[in-house]
Amino acid sequence: MSERAIGFQYATVAQQREASTLGMWAFLATEVLFFGALIAAYLNYRIWLGDEFIAAASLTKVALGTANTAVLLTSSACMAMAVMTFEAGSKRAPVLWLTATALLGLAFVVIKASEWWLDYQEHLIPALNFDLARHGGVAEIFFVFYFCATGLHALHLLIGISIVAWLATAIGRGRIVPGGSTTRLVGLYWHFVDVVWIFLFPLIYLAGRNG
Amino acid sequence: MHAPHDETYLNARVGIRSWLLTTDHKRIALLYFAGITFFFFIGGIAATLIRLELITPGPTLGSPDFYNRLFTMHGIVMVWFFLIPSIPTTMGNFILPMMIGARDLAFPRLNLLSWYFYIAGGLITIAALLLGGIDTGWTFYEPYSTFYATGYLILAVFGIFVSGFSSILTGLNFIVTVHKLRAPGMTWYRLPVFVWSTYATSLILILATPVLAMTLLMLLAERVLHVGLFSPQLGGDPILFQHMFWFYSHPAVYIMILPSMGVISEIVPVFARKPLFGYKFVVWCSIAIAAIGFLVWGHHMFVAGQSLYASLAFSFLSYLVAVPSAIKVFNWTATLHEGWIRFDAPMLYAFGFIGLFTIGGLTGLFLAALPIDVHVTDTYFIVAHFHYIMVGGAVMGFFAGLHYWWPKITGRLYPDYWARFAAILAFFGFNLTFFPQFILGYLGMPRRYQSYPPEFQIWHVLSSAGASILAFGYALPLFYFAWSILRGSRASANPWGATGLEWSTRSPPPPENFAATPTVVRAPYQYDQGKPCMQAGDV
Ligand SMILES: [Cu+2]
Repeated sequence: MSERAIGFQYATVAQQREASTLGMWAFLATEVLFFGALIAAYLNYRIWLGDEFIAAASLTKVALGTANTAVLLTSSACMAMAVMTFEAGSKRAPVLWLTATALLGLAFVVIKASEWWLDYQEHLIPALNFDLARHGGVAEIFFVFYFCATGLHALHLLIGISIVAWLATAIGRGRIVPGGSTTRLVGLYWHFVDVVWIFLFPLIYLAGRNG
Repeated sequence: MHAPHDETYLNARVGIRSWLLTTDHKRIALLYFAGITFFFFIGGIAATLIRLELITPGPTLGSPDFYNRLFTMHGIVMVWFFLIPSIPTTMGNFILPMMIGARDLAFPRLNLLSWYFYIAGGLITIAALLLGGIDTGWTFYEPYSTFYATGYLILAVFGIFVSGFSSILTGLNFIVTVHKLRAPGMTWYRLPVFVWSTYATSLILILATPVLAMTLLMLLAERVLHVGLFSPQLGGDPILFQHMFWFYSHPAVYIMILPSMGVISEIVPVFARKPLFGYKFVVWCSIAIAAIGFLVWGHHMFVAGQSLYASLAFSFLSYLVAVPSAIKVFNWTATLHEGWIRFDAPMLYAFGFIGLFTIGGLTGLFLAALPIDVHVTDTYFIVAHFHYIMVGGAVMGFFAGLHYWWPKITGRLYPDYWARFAAILAFFGFNLTFFPQFILGYLGMPRRYQSYPPEFQIWHVLSSAGASILAFGYALPLFYFAWSILRGSRASANPWGATGLEWSTRSPPPPENFAATPTVVRAPYQYDQGKPCMQAGDV
């Protein structure tokens, strides 16, 4: 991630920047297939198990999920501002925007964790305390997917928060200056994690609430 | 650039740290060679024991349980730790940057990290296999793998998961390198076919491997936490596992065979002293195979209970994916027509590839046909078919490439007489091993059984006899390659009279590959009356 020097395998800075950008896109393509496989499996059960599966979805906390969607979208807006102000040459503004991004990311994780706590109290956590008699086996399968999907998403978000915090520090200390691609790449990753949530939110929360 | 003329990537730095922390793509390729060779012989030992076991109709070496562990070990090690990484990580790593006139891959440190993922994953899996083994077969079918399998399944699956990062990072590195690091004048249609086919392979690596990763994670979740994802006992759908598994594992066959096709496309023009016939067809067939290969996975599930209409579609698409492969075979053959053919060892391996791959491909058409597939599903016919593709095809291609680029990699020549002998031995040994298995399968011998009716014994004995010849053919190169390193005469920059950029620099190459970045002025494989036209020269 260092931008101190140009790699010996590159002829120009522009070439190095393009290579890093393409590398990030290729990585995100991999991630799309990773989450895509899980979502495809989820849809398989949703179609196969029908109403019972959808009914289980109504046990999720839609208010918290909606609040988190707003939080995450706002964080992406902050990230976009960080990239724009950084490339415009400012040093203070991107640090502030990045700090806001990371804090909103943390807020998402806190809300998510409180949601999981509520799930725990309602005995909705498979393999830990799932109440089969009360909720039924189909609901258990739904919640396996729910925890796999939101858990993997939260893991990606935590990694994102760490990188954003690192980036804010590096920009603040002048170690990363405009001209390189690091800030833009971190932005890409952050937006991707956001987009994953945009798919998960309707699939998980809105499924059982159309009537 | 100002290095002394005898400095090579091998002697530029010394010491164990200079290897284990290297970011030079050529050194990393050699690290991979070490790993690949190790796992090839582990898998080979398991294969040897399988063939010994099957000499008699009853138990020979051990219990049925022991046999289950043997073929599982053979499959897992050969698929994930030899075949998938074999050509891309070794020859791809070494040769691809040189072919496009680059000094290294786009992300050298990521490349080294890939190797550590590969070795770590391999060692974890080997540990699981040695601690007691696994009895599921390499396919980990559900609900078998979560409820009934014994042994260190979790550890082995985790090892495969870890090695997946190596696949993904390697593919990503190649894709970016091919897009962004081509030398001036190296247009897409001037790229050697090996670069194109490695590129197509890389697309599969980055798009299919994550699906395997998710499948294995779900399997682990189910086995560790006993929560329903695939197992019918817990309300899950076992067919879903097969869909997800084969969504990766069919394209994985093309991860194994496309790089070999690339190697053959390099070798045939050089030793026929003619341009590759129909270059653009070969190139686009690689891309077509990678793309259509994603749409045929259901042919593994014709008897698994998927809908008949799905089976019909998968059958049609499986026929379709055979077309670009067939086009390639015609192109290689047409390249030979009126050529100035030389029968050096790489060319003999290439001939072996073309013949065996053709048989493997044609029997694949049998299996794409619904009625025939129902008859031979899970028999030795399948076993023979995919070994013709993966061993007759992919491994022959690996050896072809190894013999072709050996002088470039090591700077030494090997005894051609012994190499030709090994190539011929491997070809005949291979056919004797696997052709009887077509007959066995057609007669109804199921795969993965230790015991069989006595009337099948003659075919099993023939197969085992062939395997011993094949093993000799595979072991022989170890000796003459070792001899070549110690005693072989020095190779010139271009011992075969080939035209690729990698032959325009010294053997072995200097650390930075080229004294100055080359400028490319021609398409590859330019020969005039059997004489090579070099691309650019700093020889
Ligand atoms: Cu297949």
